Amino acid sequence: MSRPELAGVAMWILGGSSVVAAWRVFRTDSMVRAAYWLLASFVAVGMVMVLLQARFLGLVLVLMMAGEMTIMAAFMVMFMMNPAGLNPMSMVHQHTTAKVAGVVAFAGLAFVGVAADFPDRPVDAASEPTAELGEELLGDSMLIFETAGVTLLATMIGAIAIAGKRGRFGNAQEGSAPPPVDPDAPAGPDARPSPMHGGHGGMHH
Amino acid sequence: MELQLLLVVSAALFGIGVYGALSQQTFVMIMMGIELMLNGAMLAAVALWAMSGAGAPKGQLLTVIVMTVMAVEAALGFALVIGIFRTRQADMTEMLEQLKG
Repeated sequence: MSRPELAGVAMWILGGSSVVAAWRVFRTDSMVRAAYWLLASFVAVGMVMVLLQARFLGLVLVLMMAGEMTIMAAFMVMFMMNPAGLNPMSMVHQHTTAKVAGVVAFAGLAFVGVAADFPDRPVDAASEPTAELGEELLGDSMLIFETAGVTLLATMIGAIAIAGKRGRFGNAQEGSAPPPVDPDAPAGPDARPSPMHGGHGGMHH
Repeated sequence: MELQLLLVVSAALFGIGVYGALSQQTFVMIMMGIELMLNGAMLAAVALWAMSGAGAPKGQLLTVIVMTVMAVEAALGFALVIGIFRTRQADMTEMLEQLKG
């Protein structure tokens, strides 16, 4: 078999296994295993991307998902009702609706994918897709790249604000604290005098 | 022909993701369904870039954006799971029914 043929066969095996692994995610009793089945699906898709010449994106996907799925497995152990699948139980609701929606989504998208007439313009084998992507990210599309970076920064700040011990709006059991009338007064039950307004500093008028 | 089959694979991933996001009760499992949908979208984008888009660099950029969306979804999803568990001791959708009209 020639190399392109071999790559084609590998692509089908990987594509098929990504679908099988995705299906196993929702069919396994253990939720930790579900996280690793999802990782398997992502790794298969990442390898298909590598075969499709998008080498950088494929490897970044594998790297990113390996980390994320490890966190996900840890979350399963920490929080979830049946992390190890020791007692088989049903963890689904509205099963019929979900099945119908999934099949309809698949059928609709697959129909569009098969029926649409896409131009046949394969990527040039002599090109350097990774170098081109780098030029694009730090050239013409730098603004998009920077926006993605700032979005991720905002996400990190937001995630810390939501997940922090006080939460976004304070402790639910304590009730809400009305805002102070004096804008300079400390707000909330656990607010401390800020160095700008309290203490014995020399800021008093 | 290869392109069509890849698009069918990505449609299958998306369909399984829709099924999972709608059928699962646990928040983290719902997140897995959403991730699978994004996985399918990414595969379709890369397949179209490689076989129909003549390898234009902007096609890869689209995939980078989908990856960003994925990271945002995961980070905020995990933060919300922690936040809800802290305030309500809930890890399943059925435990948050009080807001139903």
